[in-house]
Amino acid sequence: MTRLALERVSFTYPSGVRALADVDLVVEPGERLAIVGQNGSGKTTLVRHLNGLLRPTGGRVLHDGVDIAEERVARLAATVGLVFQDPGRQIFAGRVRAEVAFGPRNLGRRRRQLDEAVDGALAAVGLADAADANPYDLGYSRRKLLALAGVLAMGTPVVVLDEPTTGQDARGVARIAGIVASLHAQRRTVVASSHDMRFVAETFTRVVVMRAGRIVLDGTPEAVFAEENGAVLASTFLAPPAAGLVGARLGLGSTPTERALLEALGARDAGDD
Amino acid sequence: MLEIRAATYRYAGVARPALRDVDLALSDGEIVGVVGANESGKSTLCLVASGLAPASIGGSLGGGSLVVDGRTMTERPLHELAGVVAIGFQDAASQLSGVAATVFEEVALGPMNLGLPLVETVERTREALAALRIGDLAERRPTQLSGGQAQLVVLASLLAMRPRHLVLDEPTAQLDPDGSRLVGQALARLAAEGTSLLVAEHRTDLLDRICTRIVVLDEGRVVATGPASDVLADPRLHGWGVEPPARVRLASEIAAAGLWSPPIDAALVEALG
Repeated sequence: MTRLALERVSFTYPSGVRALADVDLVVEPGERLAIVGQNGSGKTTLVRHLNGLLRPTGGRVLHDGVDIAEERVARLAATVGLVFQDPGRQIFAGRVRAEVAFGPRNLGRRRRQLDEAVDGALAAVGLADAADANPYDLGYSRRKLLALAGVLAMGTPVVVLDEPTTGQDARGVARIAGIVASLHAQRRTVVASSHDMRFVAETFTRVVVMRAGRIVLDGTPEAVFAEENGAVLASTFLAPPAAGLVGARLGLGSTPTERALLEALGARDAGDD
Repeated sequence: MLEIRAATYRYAGVARPALRDVDLALSDGEIVGVVGANESGKSTLCLVASGLAPASIGGSLGGGSLVVDGRTMTERPLHELAGVVAIGFQDAASQLSGVAATVFEEVALGPMNLGLPLVETVERTREALAALRIGDLAERRPTQLSGGQAQLVVLASLLAMRPRHLVLDEPTAQLDPDGSRLVGQALARLAAEGTSLLVAEHRTDLLDRICTRIVVLDEGRVVATGPASDVLADPRLHGWGVEPPARVRLASEIAAAGLWSPPIDAALVEALG
């Protein structure tokens, strides 16, 4: 169990682009947190701070209250697994199985323990039948699932997903939502950045909205996607998911998930009778 | 007019065809959407429609052909093709030239290579950047962009070339919802000026707004084709691994729950139209 904390974190790239400005964020163990915001709002920069891949140019990142500034990325990798947005940045082995085994092997898993970690991860992402394939013979969407398997196999208490649903079809998105649910059932923390508001509302219990390197909203999907936040969302070019827009139109309150919309419609019908 | 005739395409060294017996014709000014599950053949269709397969990447069209504006282009050299059909790849970052120092130069490369005068090149570049609201990125280095920003820059380069025919493989995969909307508007304007567009996408909400026709691929075959409003409401979509637009999906869920009423239907159209 690891509690992650960002304390007044700022980050300026060497080019001078300021990507994070005084970000305060605490992620409790077992939380399911989604980070949303316009392209270039700082989502990827933020998640890369969680495992020490980027180091703040101001402020501190803490794991269980301990500043990670002096920790090496290799050690932090045992705590926080990060799946990149672009699988090409992550994949290097010649066989799918070897690719997935790389992380847990580095964490000291051997023989049966290693096999179990690899088999479990490949099954979770639906690549069990491709274990002997060359990663670059897989299409883009399956390469993304492979990168995810590599991190799942490490069994880290925190899993961070940068845009996990990019390029996935309906079944792929459902599969990733299922993986987030199963990580949650194992009491692991999941942090994901995403542009897919439906995926965010249906899969996560807390939503952080970023604009120009700052957090502008933080709450449950019901709270963040409520009508009164419409202007703030629009200021970072976001809108609630379709179910929320329809619920607002019908005066049903905040219904960001499809279940919430159907329940609110059902309750209203029952009230009319 | 861009036509694919009787194409059965096999990648080099692969016996199983990636496309089977595909016929497709795009009229000038028409936007045709391509949907299908991952690995159903969408990206392959894009490569064939742009002429890159087989001319650049090898493989065989199995006696089929690509005909552009009445000319058979199947065996023509690539530089001839590049002048008439432009393509945007799924992995946008791989398409950046790597030689431009700024985003402005990157976008200007296309029109410059077409031999356009400097004044027009600059004008088109400004216009393309403004259309996708990335004017503020003009002086950035192309290597220092977020995934979504890189995708917008690649799309701006393509828009600035004003190609007669444009093929796009998941142009909005990495974009925020508003970025997708801007891309949709820019593509619609391009079509209004006579460009024919083939757009492969998982985001059926975007296709619902801009396409005249939709083609559904399943295991390399065209399994459905017709007006966008008909195909996107086809109950078989889910079985083909395609997520219907939110408008269609929510309407059917509400009806299945026995909650449908004319005001709800109107709200769906008003909230999501």
